Amino acid sequence: MRVDVGSWTLRTKLERLIAAAALVMVVVWPTFGGSYWTHQILIETFLFGVAAASLIFLSAYGGMVSLGQTALFGIAGVIIGNLATKGGPGGTSKGLHLGWDPTVALVLAIVLTTAIGLIFGAVASRSAGIYFLMITLTYSVIVNLTLGSVTKISGFSGIGGINRYTPGWIGDIQAHPTRLYYVALIVALAVYVLIRYIVRTPFGLTLQGVRDEPVRMASLGYNVPLHRTLAFGFAAFLASLSGILYVWWSGQIAPGNVDLGQTVDLLVIAVIGGLVRIEGAWVGAFVFVVMQNYITSNTHIPGLGFGGTLFGGSFNTIIGIIFLAIVLVSPDGLLGLWERILDTGRRLHLRGAPPSQPELPEPVN
Amino acid sequence: MSALSARIPTRDELGLYLSWRKLPVLLAAAVVVFAFAYVLFISTLPASFGAGNWRTTTFGSAVHDPSSFLKITLDSLTFAAALFIVSSGFALIFGLMRTVNMAHGSFYLLAGYIAYEVQQGMTGQGFSLQSSEVNTWDWLVPLAVAAPCIAVIGLVTQQAFLRWNQGQELRQALITIAVSVIVADQIIGHFPRNTSEGQKFGGNAVDLTWPGWTDRFVNLHIGGVQYSLARLVMLGIGLAVGIGLWLWLYRTRTGMVIRAGVDDQKMTSALGINIQKTFAIAFVVGSALAALGAVVWASQSNISSGQDGVWLLNSLVVVIVGGMGSIFGAAAGAILFAFVSNFGAVYLPTTGSDCCTQYSSVLTFVLIALVLAFRPRGLFGKDA
Repeated sequence: MRVDVGSWTLRTKLERLIAAAALVMVVVWPTFGGSYWTHQILIETFLFGVAAASLIFLSAYGGMVSLGQTALFGIAGVIIGNLATKGGPGGTSKGLHLGWDPTVALVLAIVLTTAIGLIFGAVASRSAGIYFLMITLTYSVIVNLTLGSVTKISGFSGIGGINRYTPGWIGDIQAHPTRLYYVALIVALAVYVLIRYIVRTPFGLTLQGVRDEPVRMASLGYNVPLHRTLAFGFAAFLASLSGILYVWWSGQIAPGNVDLGQTVDLLVIAVIGGLVRIEGAWVGAFVFVVMQNYITSNTHIPGLGFGGTLFGGSFNTIIGIIFLAIVLVSPDGLLGLWERILDTGRRLHLRGAPPSQPELPEPVN
Repeated sequence: MSALSARIPTRDELGLYLSWRKLPVLLAAAVVVFAFAYVLFISTLPASFGAGNWRTTTFGSAVHDPSSFLKITLDSLTFAAALFIVSSGFALIFGLMRTVNMAHGSFYLLAGYIAYEVQQGMTGQGFSLQSSEVNTWDWLVPLAVAAPCIAVIGLVTQQAFLRWNQGQELRQALITIAVSVIVADQIIGHFPRNTSEGQKFGGNAVDLTWPGWTDRFVNLHIGGVQYSLARLVMLGIGLAVGIGLWLWLYRTRTGMVIRAGVDDQKMTSALGINIQKTFAIAFVVGSALAALGAVVWASQSNISSGQDGVWLLNSLVVVIVGGMGSIFGAAAGAILFAFVSNFGAVYLPTTGSDCCTQYSSVLTFVLIALVLAFRPRGLFGKDA
């Protein structure tokens, strides 16, 4: 494949330069960077980015804003937790503890979550827009309540110690946490490439047609609910990858990991990144994770806090206010802001020049 | 989206379509018939010890254990009343303005805590109150404080954030989600206040108390069933709210304007009606209904952080099942949801030793799936 750098616009050059620099940085980070950032912030960024990417994929290419990704994330974690762990003496962890081979558990978790995602998608597939948002939100709340009340598979306290049961070809991630770092990085990159590929296939193009003109696509003979269902199934597959990375990273899964707060957090990540471009998932995840790790209850914001925190609240008040500000000021998130900066720059650059052809809307991919 | 199936199929396609269409209908019908049969005839009481089988439930079937069946039916009806009060406010706002108020659950929670503080302040008894220590005013005044508080918060949210984003449904939903995050977090930071030191703040569970005269059982003279008067009062409040809403929406000028706004917002506005004022009224009433529902259900059950999510789910399920933006839909959705969740809790098989396992939240999903499969806009929903 010949790469013709000369034909790239300044904007493309700039973006690819940033992307390449970021990629090089995360690849060499474990060698040079601090352990806290490697094993905490960057891994979290990668795995929550994957979950957010599944949300952004549905939103940007299917026109469906789903709040059900957290449910699927949790389902994958619970399945692998039940299948892979072995019950030990003295363990308080719930779950079936089937003790199967971790690779089998991994594959089954992905397959089952995708299947459940297809069912979820089929139920919601004839709804769009705000109805879709409401229906998928009920999925997350229902899964949260179900995990809390079905004591056999999880119960209120959830399953712990899952990170001891990783497949042999990955190895012991507790002894070598850097391996998990690279696994998460590779998965994140693969997910990005896969989404970029999928949206250019006939399926992806049809999906974008369904997003823009569902009635017209239906009259052309395309099965609109089926395309929505398949897109949701694919997003469920992505969310399952994220859920599995999460349980390997944190070692546990509990109803608290899929509650309303987590659902909102994932939405915040996607909205910070902007609901229009896949890259935004990891940008949003990075910003969110850094804020979450550094804004603690000890953060003192002068003039606003009493008792050291914002109006007596916790991190959630701050994230709520940031979320509100982003939605009110720049609905397309940070990447939307970036586009606006580029536009302003171009306008300043072109001032005085003859008016060029009318601007075409940016293609989404 | 009925237009999606607008393509005229050929005769062959139609035949295939119909035959495939019948399968899910039959399956769904079978599930529903089996559920009825199970509750009415099949289920049995557990043996005194040892594992049960697939017929073992907490209560026996309606034929064998009619008084339990009647109690569960009444429980469902009274729970439906509370569901209806809360979700009719949600449905009112959604029906008129197409605004999904994701902060409805947080408003519910805040109302419950405000009413609790007021009740504690009035009676001054500390953490747990006996019903006999509470008179009718000790219950009505907390309600009269909480409902206007929440109505004002709802109004401020609508005027400050939602008004200038009218028509952008997704953006409005995101805005109310942000509001709900902030409100829920502030509740944890500041409530409950009026309690012993160790349990102060952090959104711990507290409960309101019904007035003393409701704390008795009424003999229904059917199968010797004694039933809690408080729950019957709750049913009465639910019915009163329903009738009040109906009279308001169908017998007053404001109600007429709201119904016109539901059908065609732009046309209503073009006729010289101040639609913004109508929106504000709808938001005030909708939020106040969340507060009323919170006071009622917190008196029956309790209130604690995390219930904002539960009651947001309840409101969502009711309007998804019942149909968006109609009070009949909200009533139907509330009754269906209440019956499914209450009957699911006691009539699902409880085999083995897992005493505390509850599958009723899975049934909620089944209910949504069954309704949406046949009516994507809910039972009473109109096509947009």
